[in-house]
Amino acid sequence: MEEIEEKIKDTVKKLFKENKIDIFIGYSEGTLPLRATPCFITKPDNIEKLVWNSYCFNNLAVYLPRFFLTQHQKKDARLPKIGILAKGCDGRSIVGLIKEHQIPRENLYIMGIPCEGMIDIKKIQDAGCKMQEVEIVGAKEKDNKIVIIDEDKKEIELKKEELLADVCMRCQYTAPVIYDVLIGEEKRKTKEEERAAIIEEFEKKPLEERWKYFQEQVSKCIRCYACRQACPNCYCKECFAEQTKPRWIGATNDISDVMFYQIGRIFHQAGRCVDCGACVRACPMGVDLRVFTYKLVKDVKEFFEYEAGVSLKEDPPLATFKSDDQQEFITEP
Amino acid sequence: MKNVHNWEPKIVAFLCNWCSYAGADLAGVSRTQYPTNIRVIRVPCSGRVSPFYIIKTLQNGIDGVLVSGCHPGDCHYISGNLIARRKFALLKSFLEYIGIEPGRVHFSWVSAAEGARFAQIIEKVTREVKKLGPIRKIVKKI
Repeated sequence: MEEIEEKIKDTVKKLFKENKIDIFIGYSEGTLPLRATPCFITKPDNIEKLVWNSYCFNNLAVYLPRFFLTQHQKKDARLPKIGILAKGCDGRSIVGLIKEHQIPRENLYIMGIPCEGMIDIKKIQDAGCKMQEVEIVGAKEKDNKIVIIDEDKKEIELKKEELLADVCMRCQYTAPVIYDVLIGEEKRKTKEEERAAIIEEFEKKPLEERWKYFQEQVSKCIRCYACRQACPNCYCKECFAEQTKPRWIGATNDISDVMFYQIGRIFHQAGRCVDCGACVRACPMGVDLRVFTYKLVKDVKEFFEYEAGVSLKEDPPLATFKSDDQQEFITEP
Repeated sequence: MKNVHNWEPKIVAFLCNWCSYAGADLAGVSRTQYPTNIRVIRVPCSGRVSPFYIIKTLQNGIDGVLVSGCHPGDCHYISGNLIARRKFALLKSFLEYIGIEPGRVHFSWVSAAEGARFAQIIEKVTREVKKLGPIRKIVKKI
């Protein structure tokens, strides 16, 4: 990890020296242990702040579209050149954003980094040391182990493997598909089937049970829109959730309105979701609707043979068609 | 609340201006009988129908939704219905997946010459929605 961190710093230094980038987006130490925070480097002096560890879970692609918003309106404004640290999921999100013309490829310098999976902080609670009871004052990482230091300087060792976030355990693309430079070597694991199995299991449940699960999850939602803010695909200037003409959702906490919001949000991800898990991580109430988002990923693959964020050439699935698309769902008299 | 015995479903039909709406018109002109449960909303093309319309309709307490457009290849705007077909394939499968009865949402192709087919489809949709009873899921209670 430290070796990679040094390599990142060296490369960023070189990029600034060669004047290839104006801003670099990476991670720096968080204010709490077991956290890293997104960090924007604009001066070479700040490069030392950069870190790379197992808590760099934010999807950095979410910050990209805003750099190209206002400038688009002024014709001769110079667009910034942005360097970005991209894990597999960030990389796929970037591909999606380039395809949807939100960010110009030529203004990006993608620093690919093969990711070994990020840890889920909630799993530390499950692992036996409860956050409320143990004050974690520090954390170290060495050879696939996370060492947590508590108030009394007692060290608790946990295996990284057991703490990996669910999405990371089922990750298919550990390194970005497109990059300008790749730090370290790419190791690819394919676990597509495992993920599909979860969906198939849910599909087999009776209708009422599925509805009950959806209702249970949605009823926890307080509509803070954190899931939307964390999602790189949700870059709309005006979201349907806040639109007033037409007003899709009432400003209530009625479960029906919450359902409309969640269905709308998930359905907007059809053919675009890269399953980075940012929405679930951002949720303060622990709403987990990934079984639904992934259903759309699976359907798009099954119906239209398309996978989001994998190639720059293919058209987005809902912006194109084939004359022989499946239509078994059509009602015949 | 609602008397189950003489309850009749309300169904909203989004019909494309160029084919299905004309098909419905033909059914009327030919005096073909079909259930009176549908409320027609004329849209320029089946591609104009956003999945949000469908969810919103159900949310407002409508028991069933039908979206009908031109047959594939016959779209007035060349490919509107083909783009719509992709959207609806995903929507139909998704709504069923989250637990909304599949019989509530229907999609069909009806051309301007198919008045009889239109009547048959309305009959079928009404029959299916009637079997399911009044919608309870997702409805906003006011």
